[in-house]
Amino acid sequence: MIDAKKDIISQLQKDILLWEGFKPPPPGAAGLAGLGPVEAAFPNGVFPTGAVHEFLSTEPEHAAAAGGFINGLLSALMQQGGACLWISQSRTLFPPALKAFGVEPDRIIFIDLKKEKDVLWATEEALKCEGLAAVVAEVREISFTESRRLQLAVEQSRVTGFILRGVTRKLSTTACVARWKITPLPSELEGDMPGVGHPRWNVELLKVRNGSPGVWKMEWAAGQFNAITEPIAEEMLHEERWAG
Amino acid sequence: MQKRFVTIWFRHLLTDWMIIRQPDLKDIPFVFAVPDHGRLIITAANTPAEAQGITAGMVAADAKAVVPGLKVIDDIPGQNLKLLKALGLWCIRYSPIIAVDPPDGLIMDVSGCTHLWGGERGYVKEVVNRLRGKGYDVRAAIADTIGTAWATARFGQVTPVIEPGGHTNALLPLPPAGLRLEPVVLERLHKLGLITIRSFISMPRSVLRRRFGEGLLLRLAQALGQEDEVIIPLLPVQPYEERLPCLEPIRTAVGIEIAIQRLLELLCKRLQQEGKGLRTAILKGYRVDGKLEQVQIGTNRATYNTGHLFKLFELQIAKIEPALGIELFTLTAPKVEDVSPLQEALWAGKPGLDDLGVAELLDRLAGKIGQGAIHRYLPDEHYWPERSVKIAGSIRERPSIDWRTDRPRPVQLLNRPEPIEVSAPIPDYPPMLFIYKGKRHQIKKADGPERIEREWWLDAGQHRDYYNVEDEEGQRYWLFRSGHYAGSQGNQWFIHGFFA
Repeated sequence: MIDAKKDIISQLQKDILLWEGFKPPPPGAAGLAGLGPVEAAFPNGVFPTGAVHEFLSTEPEHAAAAGGFINGLLSALMQQGGACLWISQSRTLFPPALKAFGVEPDRIIFIDLKKEKDVLWATEEALKCEGLAAVVAEVREISFTESRRLQLAVEQSRVTGFILRGVTRKLSTTACVARWKITPLPSELEGDMPGVGHPRWNVELLKVRNGSPGVWKMEWAAGQFNAITEPIAEEMLHEERWAG
Repeated sequence: MQKRFVTIWFRHLLTDWMIIRQPDLKDIPFVFAVPDHGRLIITAANTPAEAQGITAGMVAADAKAVVPGLKVIDDIPGQNLKLLKALGLWCIRYSPIIAVDPPDGLIMDVSGCTHLWGGERGYVKEVVNRLRGKGYDVRAAIADTIGTAWATARFGQVTPVIEPGGHTNALLPLPPAGLRLEPVVLERLHKLGLITIRSFISMPRSVLRRRFGEGLLLRLAQALGQEDEVIIPLLPVQPYEERLPCLEPIRTAVGIEIAIQRLLELLCKRLQQEGKGLRTAILKGYRVDGKLEQVQIGTNRATYNTGHLFKLFELQIAKIEPALGIELFTLTAPKVEDVSPLQEALWAGKPGLDDLGVAELLDRLAGKIGQGAIHRYLPDEHYWPERSVKIAGSIRERPSIDWRTDRPRPVQLLNRPEPIEVSAPIPDYPPMLFIYKGKRHQIKKADGPERIEREWWLDAGQHRDYYNVEDEEGQRYWLFRSGHYAGSQGNQWFIHGFFA
């Protein structure tokens, strides 16, 4: 009886996803390399490309962590070729570092603008361009209407957008498909060796449209994401709070 | 640029043409003749006929008396011009600017063409040999001016190549007929015993004008390069320009849009036919009050896509001030390049920077916010972090060296290193803690130092010892000490970046 109900519910969930425009992945379409357990949080278990993701980062340290994480995603998105636009007002991203995350820095075009309004305009224009693999925009604040415009643009072009939000004092709702927060974690080396290890992050998925938010620990090593599986009670609690 | 001209003289244009068509006439004396006042006047004679004293201008009946077996062929008026035109079009392979020089010559502007045939001598040789191979008896010469080249081709004895600047000396021994003068003037010069150009070139201009008229002075000046001579090319080079006069002065944005649309359609149609694309375009609006409004666009790659170009102009429309109205629009493309035909890749992924859409997007962005805001970086051969990248010159430029990954580099690099306070008790060890923006960071893990020397040939100062450190919260920083460890006097420490 309960099983039958579960079947019905899962079937209904699938139907709802389909009505909302989430198509089940075509067979053979692989997900992003190594995102592992994080991908399961998304509808149909696939990282949504062709959508806008937002990342929260207030501190420069967090922005660096988010930058590293995004570059890891970019390396997967740009595997098939394609260029990326990085639009910002005061950019501190250092191109030579990107190579360590599997991204060819010369395939990224940087747009450095003076006005916040121009950043949003350029982002919208870029998201309409089908030839791009991804667009990253560093903004301070974005309103619901503005994010809605970006979402409409990517629905046509299927470009993946990443918004790095700098000011998070009052977090307005946005039309983005997911809200992430990446914070650095202490790195670990095997056998207590001295020195700094591979970049390691606490990946928080605060909001996912039609998915289940969660917290994971990820490490970037040997050119791919590795999930660090050691469940912590505190984090499970955290996850439940957001999911609720 | 130094102008150079080649003139080609077809010595027996019509008869050579006839022999090419009917090779059996080769050894028979024959002439072309036209009826004139009830007589047949010879217009052209072939070499065997000329050998027996037959020249153009004789009456055919007299010539027949001299050479009994002479064959007379009816001349078709205008035939020589037709032939010259065809030969001129054939010669386009040697130079784009070619003019017909009736009755029996061609003039070519070969400035900047000759090096493709290994120099001027080789060039003239090639032209003459090819035309001779076709069956035409030609002479050619190359000089700074049309006049000198013309005279040298017809009367020169020494060399067909007159070196730049040597045209005056080359002219001196030639007869005045080389100056393309009227027969009356030539006869008068001959009568006076002036049989070479040398004999009258130094005479006062007023004397020459009084005796021989303005024509001689003009031709002389043209041959000496003191006067410009204009030739009308067979295939005129048309600039990429379109005009749109308006019946009523245009004052609205919509009107300007329509004008731009129409001009672009005309221009792009022509560009497409010729396989070209424009890199820059200038739109000019001539206002009723005499002022000129002008906007310019540029593209990253040559294009003839009307829609894209219109979008670029659309961003500029706000800059056009029509005032009382614009009565004439012109659109010019000063910079035009060949368009490489697109090859569609069926299975490959996204084409990346070569994608047309990306180039068009960058054009739009550059149109609104300026080209200065768009950067692309390539690796540069410097260890100094600030110099390790250089700005790419164009979207097609590829890195000449690989990006380095052997040393850790931070994801975020501060534009200027910011000073920090540290506690670093052990020489050449990473600090134990540092204070940045009022916050204490206890260092738990560290790598380094990585010493980066200053490039002394570029600037002076201390070297940097970089440390890659991690604090107790797991945040990773790139710190450096400026100069050698100074013990109790203390060193200046800086933070330069954040690792992911």
